[in-house]
Amino acid sequence: MSKFQFPKSIASRPVYGTLAPRPGKAHLMMADAEGAEALLDLAAQDAGLMGKAHILYIPRDTGQTYTDRLRALEPAQLYVGPSFDAALPRLRRVLSDAHMGLQVYLAGTEGLMGRAAAEVTAAGIPLGAVQTEHRGSVARRMQCVHCKGITEDVTTDPFTCSHCGLNLFVRDHYSRRLAAFQGVCIDAEDPGNVPEPVELYK
Amino acid sequence: MTIQFNDETFRGDYSFRNSPWAIRRFPFPFHEDSYMYSVNMEQHRGGPAGSVYEKRFDVDEHYVSEMRDRAIVLAEDPLRCQSLPHMTLAGWDLLELIMVSKSEDYPDLFELHRDGERWRWVNRPMGIDDTFTFMDETTLPYGPMEYITRQTQGDFAVLDQRDDNLWMDAGMVTTQADWSLDFDIGMNFFEWHAPVPLAHEMGIFKRALKFLMNVQQGAPARRLNWTMTVNPLLDTSPENYHKWGIQKTELTPENIGAKQHLRVELQTFYRLPRSNALVFPIRCYLIAFQDLVTVPKWGRRLHRVIRDLPDELATYKGFIANRPLMLDYLSRYDDGLPTSPGVWPDLDTEPPLQK
Repeated sequence: MSKFQFPKSIASRPVYGTLAPRPGKAHLMMADAEGAEALLDLAAQDAGLMGKAHILYIPRDTGQTYTDRLRALEPAQLYVGPSFDAALPRLRRVLSDAHMGLQVYLAGTEGLMGRAAAEVTAAGIPLGAVQTEHRGSVARRMQCVHCKGITEDVTTDPFTCSHCGLNLFVRDHYSRRLAAFQGVCIDAEDPGNVPEPVELYK
Repeated sequence: MTIQFNDETFRGDYSFRNSPWAIRRFPFPFHEDSYMYSVNMEQHRGGPAGSVYEKRFDVDEHYVSEMRDRAIVLAEDPLRCQSLPHMTLAGWDLLELIMVSKSEDYPDLFELHRDGERWRWVNRPMGIDDTFTFMDETTLPYGPMEYITRQTQGDFAVLDQRDDNLWMDAGMVTTQADWSLDFDIGMNFFEWHAPVPLAHEMGIFKRALKFLMNVQQGAPARRLNWTMTVNPLLDTSPENYHKWGIQKTELTPENIGAKQHLRVELQTFYRLPRSNALVFPIRCYLIAFQDLVTVPKWGRRLHRVIRDLPDELATYKGFIANRPLMLDYLSRYDDGLPTSPGVWPDLDTEPPLQK
């Protein structure tokens, strides 16, 4: 089981639930890494769902662990891709055909769920049709408020911006539009005084 | 009166100064000797003659220099002004509100001539005389919100109202107390206030949202908010925090009176007629401690407020490290005498400093 209970936080921070089957004639599912477990659990609740499902899956560092099991669910369409960015044109193409009542299921890391949810809502699908379930890494997708660059998969606080090199602390303030948390310079008032990075939630 | 516009800077050599007139009309935010969050809304229907509350959009001696500073910020970072696609109509609403208000309230400074959709706008202090077609973006050099807020002091958040919430879907933000429009755009009322401590638990935002969603056309509201800023720096943005944050460490007992500023926001709220959006101007006023304490009542009171403020608020407002230095300075202007109720300076009735 790869579920993590996030501590209670501020109002802009997303909260995630548990995927549940909903009635509908089309189901779009997107997951990365251990997020596949949430889709497997979902399929176990409603065997009929997968015949109407389009799954986009990014295994990341889980390799082949889940791909055969997802294929065994016999979804209507299954895509296994190397990265979110690689899957993005396909996701947008699928969303361009979406009809009212499409049900969306997102599972895995916060970065994947956030980016997919932003695409889905940008396509005009209401957030109410989107379910999310966190599985796997608690790494965060961070925006540097100074240079605007995004650093993916941040696991420590503070961390170094992968674009401008500033030392940033990790805030819980979250933008759904950017699908990112906010990183702010930690040593602005005392340059060079950067605390040892600590693993998130440790 | 005719306003003499200062030629001053809010960066670099920081030549910003308040005249004795500007000091006396400063919107001092504390109506008693202590402070805690409250919704503190009131109707924005004028105020005492000469006060910052008198006109719908106050124009003061800093106008021209503030607009120059805004242009510098926008040249460096165009993301400070953004409008989501559905907010253009609200931008026109805002342009109309400001042009009508300013031309009526300051006829010697601004003129608006309307011939159907053909409008001519004259902004004398900034040397602007433009003719354009109302609701036709191609006839203005910028989008309507950007065009008019490049000519109006204060930041502007333009809020869409839907789903029983307010959404920050457009804004012009160059004089902010450390928040990012680029990050917060698209958020709802609770989300963009998420980082504020204590107030959520106190139910402040629920009540404020309920109030704001019911603001009607022609019945604007207002409130004050405040924080502290070292140097008269308008652009205390998170974007540039890595550049200006260091200035907070440069206070000394010798320079604090000149460098430390009380920063007050006059926040007003107007319902816009076509879009039903709510526009939220956030006008920033700065005053150096050494000018503020020339009003004996304000010197006494500010000392007491800062002394008794909960640590969480001093931390959130970013001056917890400098509070001891502030109190050393301000205590010299507090003789322990009682203060009169209300925010006004009461120079004729309050006793001079007794020490």
